[in-house]
This record gives sequence, C-alpha cells and structure tokens, in this order.
Amino acid sequence: MRELSYAEALRECLRQTMTADERVFMIGEDIGIYGGAFGVSAGLLAEFGKERIIDTPISEAGLAGACIGAALTGMRPVGEIQFMDFVALSMEQIVLQAAKIRFMFGGKATVPMVLRMPGGSGTGAAAQHSESLENWFVHVPGLKVVMPSNAYDAKGLLRAAIYDDNPVIFVEHKLLYRTKADVPEEPYEVPLGKSKIVREGSDLTIVATSIMVQRTLQAAEQLAQENIEVEIIDPRTIKPLDSAPIIDSVKKTGRALVVHEAVKMGGFGGEVVSQIVASEAFDYLEAPVRRLAGLDTPIPYNRTLEYHAVPQVENIVDEARKLVQGGY
Amino acid sequence: MSNKESTMADLTKEELLGMYRQMHRIRAFEMAVYDGVQRGVIAGGPHLYVGEEAVAVGVCTTLRPMDYITSTHRGHGHLIAKGGQLKPMMAEILGKATGYCKGKGGSMHIADLNLGILGANGIVGGGLPTAVGAALSSKLKQGGWVVASFFGDGAANTGSFHESLNLAAAWKLPVIFVCENNTFAMFTPMEWTTAIKDLSARAAAYGMVGTTVDGNDVLAVYRAAVEARERALAGEGPTLLECKTYRFLGHYVGDPEDYRKPGEVEMHKKNDPLPRFEKVLIEAGMINKELMQQMMAETRQEAKEALEFALSSPDPDPSELTMDVRRPFKPLGDLERVSYIVEEGVG
Ligand SMILES: Cc1ncc(C[n+]2csc(CCOP(=O)(O)OP(=O)(O)O)c2C)c(N)n1
Repeated sequence: MRELSYAEALRECLRQTMTADERVFMIGEDIGIYGGAFGVSAGLLAEFGKERIIDTPISEAGLAGACIGAALTGMRPVGEIQFMDFVALSMEQIVLQAAKIRFMFGGKATVPMVLRMPGGSGTGAAAQHSESLENWFVHVPGLKVVMPSNAYDAKGLLRAAIYDDNPVIFVEHKLLYRTKADVPEEPYEVPLGKSKIVREGSDLTIVATSIMVQRTLQAAEQLAQENIEVEIIDPRTIKPLDSAPIIDSVKKTGRALVVHEAVKMGGFGGEVVSQIVASEAFDYLEAPVRRLAGLDTPIPYNRTLEYHAVPQVENIVDEARKLVQGGY
Repeated sequence: MSNKESTMADLTKEELLGMYRQMHRIRAFEMAVYDGVQRGVIAGGPHLYVGEEAVAVGVCTTLRPMDYITSTHRGHGHLIAKGGQLKPMMAEILGKATGYCKGKGGSMHIADLNLGILGANGIVGGGLPTAVGAALSSKLKQGGWVVASFFGDGAANTGSFHESLNLAAAWKLPVIFVCENNTFAMFTPMEWTTAIKDLSARAAAYGMVGTTVDGNDVLAVYRAAVEARERALAGEGPTLLECKTYRFLGHYVGDPEDYRKPGEVEMHKKNDPLPRFEKVLIEAGMINKELMQQMMAETRQEAKEALEFALSSPDPDPSELTMDVRRPFKPLGDLERVSYIVEEGVG
C-alpha cells in the first residue's frame, strides 16, 4: 500500500471531505499561502480558494468562536490553532460556549466543529510553543478529545471528527507530522471512542498516547530481546475513553503503565490508572499501577534539558523492566 | 509620513552617534545570529530584527534606565536598545548557562528586570497587558517610570491589544504602545487580515493620541516617542505610536519567504534605516566614512565575541530542569509590611 506522512494523511482527509461536502471549510492562521505552520494545508488554498481556506488575523478567540457560530448554523468548520499553546487564548469560546451550548439549550443545538492543534515538545521552541494541554479539555463535559499517533489513524480520525456532531479537540504532534504509515487512498473513518491494541503481549500493559505510542513501540522491541512482552494500547480518543480493552488487557498481564508527554500531575494518566484500579482488573494486579509522564516544569529551551523533561524510549524501557521484574 | 529625514531634534552629537552605534550593534548581532544558523552552530528559528532597527533605537533613546519595556518574539533589537548585553543574549540564544535566563528561556524569552526589560514574548500580544500592569504600578507607587510596549501589526488584531489600550486610556497610564508595522504577520500580508491601513487610527476608539511615523527614520521615531513620553509623564495617558517599517529577512531564519512579491525586499532595502541615518549624519558633518567603518567593524567584533563567548559557555546543569518553577516557600513571618509609596522618583 501507499505510504503517506501524518501531515499528508491529514491533508488528504481535508481535501477529500472538502471536495465532497461544501459545509466543510478551514480557518486558521497562515493556513493559506503558507499552508500552515506545519504544512498540513499546503496547496489547499489553490484548490479551494480564500472562501474556504480562510486566513485569520492573530485572533484565537475569534477564530474558535467563528467555528462555533458557523457550526450552529449549518457548517462543519475545521479550525487550526497554530500551536496548541495558543489555544489558551480560545478557552472561553471552547469551554464556556462550544462545550455546553447543546446542554444549555436543552439539546436543541449541535456544534459540529473540529479544532486541530499541534502539541508537544522536542523542537527546541521553548516554553510557550511546546505545551501538551489535552487534559484541560478532558475535564470539560461536552467535548471530545482525539490524539492520533500515526498517519493511518490521523486520516480516519479526522474524518470521524469532522462528521461528529460535537466539538472535537484534535491534538496532533509536531514530531509526528513527518512519520509515515500505509494509508488507503479512499476516504475511511476511524471511529471516535475506540481504543486500539497496537501490540500484543503478556507481561505488561502500556497505555500510551500520541508520540508516546511510537516511543513505546520502540521500547517494546528492546524489551522483547529481554523476553519481556509488552501489550500496547492506544486509546486514540482520550475522551470519551474506551477503557474496556485496557481493563481486559490488565486482567491478562497483571501490570499496567501509562505513558504520556503532558505533565504527570493532574494528567490523563491519573484517569486511566483510576479506571483500572476501580475495575475488576484490580484483583489481577501483581504490581503497582504506574505512570510515566512529563515533569512538573515548563519545557526548557536548552535541548538537553528539553529531552529530559518528557519520557523517552530509555525511560519507558527502564520503567517497564522495573515493573515486570518486581522493582516496585 | 514622508521619506524626508527629520531634523535632529534636541540631540547632541554624542547622543546621535550613540544611536547610530546602537543601530549597528543590533544589525551586527542579528547578522551574527543569522550566520550562526547558516553555519549550524545556532538552532534554526530565531526571529530577526534586520531592517527595523530605527524603531527600537528611536524609542529606547527616550527611555531612562528606570523605564520599562515589554518586547516580542522579534525582541533582540528592543533588548539591545534598552541596554541588553550581547554576550548573555547570545548565550541565551544558544541555550547556555551563561545566558540571561540560564539557557532555559531562549531567544523568545530573554529578560532582565534590572534593565527594565520585562521580557521578550513567545505569545503575540502577550506583552501588552503586562505593560499596562507595569504602568499601573508606576501610578500606584508614584514611581515615575513609563512603559514602552513593542508589538507588531499582527498583534494589533489580538484581543489583548484592544483590552490593553482601553485599560491604559481609561486609567490614564504612562504607556507608549509601539506598533512595528512591517506589513506581515508571519506569512500573511496585513491587507488579508485588517481592513484599515494605518493602525494608529485605532487610538481614537480608545481616547488616546495615535500617530503614524516612518519607522525607518530613527529621528522621526525618536521625536514621536519624546512626545509620547512627555504625555505619559504629565499624566495625560498612553499613546499609540505606529512605526511603518519592513523586515528584510524571513519571519524566522530558515523561512522560505515565498509569500513576498517579487522585488519587494529590494525595493524596501533602498529604504534601509542605517544608510538613511548615515546620510543625515554625514550631511551634518558629524560622521565620516572612516568613523562609520570603524563603528561597523567594532560592533561586528562585539557580536563575534558574543558568539565565541556563547559557544565556549557550558550548558545548564541538569538540575536546572526542575529549578525556578516556583519560588521556594518563604514563611509569612519573614515578610515585612511594605508601603507601596516609595521615595519620589525612585523605582
Ligand atoms: C497568540 C499567538 N498566536 C500565534 C502565534 C504565532 N506567531 C508568531 S509570530 C506571528 C506573527 C506576528 O506578527 P506581528 O505581530 O506583526 O510581528 P512580526 O513577526 O511581524 O514582527 C505569529 C502568528 C503566536 N506566537 N502567538
């Protein structure tokens, strides 16, 4: 099958959906001539014109709000927040408007919009361009939060997000944009709210999100050489969370580790752990359930410090080994 | 606005030559960063100020050490003009322990509170509300300082811009809002996102004075800033000072720059603020070719030494990773009750 990068897969989905459906349009900063800060919309301005590839001023609140208004009145907007950090400026519109309009209006309205945004560190862009803020949205009733870890899922999840009738926060990762996978040419959906078992194993369950799925896969290769077989689960949608496969897996392996880039304190991992220990998997546990996540520090500029601020392959290997070999 | 140079205002020869040297220092520093990126010793990405030097120098010449500035992602010029030293600036850009922020902030976050630099900023529009707060404390403490807040034409479309201008005008705060209109916000031309041509027109909506000046004429910027500063000190409130300029290099080093019209850069280079100021100084008999060459060579040497200093500096210690996140706990008993009225004129 044909390989596409994560960015190309997203672009193909946008192109196909926009061609087939006039309700879909894009809005964001520098998405036109420049094709977006990470090139996702490259070429789409020429294809669809300024009316449907809308370059906005630096107005994150305004653009998120414009998505809401358009969604309420029959469109299916796809907004791009240039770096996830800047979504801080859109929070009122997302949290206090988009998320609860349907509920507050007694179920009369739908807000079918997607806000795409690249999160994550590893690019040397320092503290205000490297945030992983997904858990802010997990905490808000009414939102869905999607985090594709590879090009195949990116294309299918984006389509599902566009056709979902709720506001969807779609978190991409800067370091994934150039990673490649087999991607079918025809449009397809990867349903929201379905976890995926990415690798099967019997010794330890690792739940990982976004770039950490890739790092965990690498760690699993190394661990396999030591006869440690890791089962990896990628929730793909962190809200709603499909926890059944996670619980089943932990019942099988008896051990669980959650890996994400965002700060550990108050992070998504805490939710996964508590769902595991509150379930029937509790009786099967042979070790404490652990989390490996970002340090409670802003992302530093110096590249070595930045590297150590978030989990890397070797940290996952160490942690997994310790869990399996009874280090805790 | 015209391209005719302004008169020399009230500046002495020494001050004028000082301004000229600062403009060269900024350019030399920026070109050293540019070359460093080309040579692979500096990571790509810094936002350079080449072509816009007259704005920072024109405004900061009117400021005293006690006055504050807030800066932007394109901040090197503002920082140098406000007294920033090249070595710790360069070291910060290389992420070294000897940098202004111990290598933890980087190009977009350089700050030195002792110099009145409240920080460069990675968030467009992020500095304006801070400038309002610093001016508010000037008023509350009767500190007597003014705050110059630099930002781009792109920032003028953020909510923070509008809220800040309104607050500063409503409270008659001593702020100079310095809009550097270089015609682009990143890769998007201003006319795509903004329905007016002169951003200073927005001042009227908030009840403050707004002026547009030729931002490549350092004396025009200086004169407008003097007036703004006088208004601020007289308690007459803020000013919106729009300086029309152009950036000669990409949005960041490495930017493919395919969004410019053909010939656009060349056209603007004819309006380079450095040769323009040189011409004025030569005509006034204040400088000759020899002195010019000498200043250029000296500032280049300074920039070169800054890069060497940065290259030979150590990385931050790994323990820095979790330091400075919060200030260590101080028991309340240690805090004395402070009066916020300080001696007159003391910051
Ligand atoms: C809130 C926010 N949105 C978007 C960005 C990304 N960004 C960085 S610089 C820039 C353009 C800024 O334009 P302008 O204010 O005119 O300053 P210039 O770069 O032209 O000096 C943008 C959109 C950002 N840093 N912060």
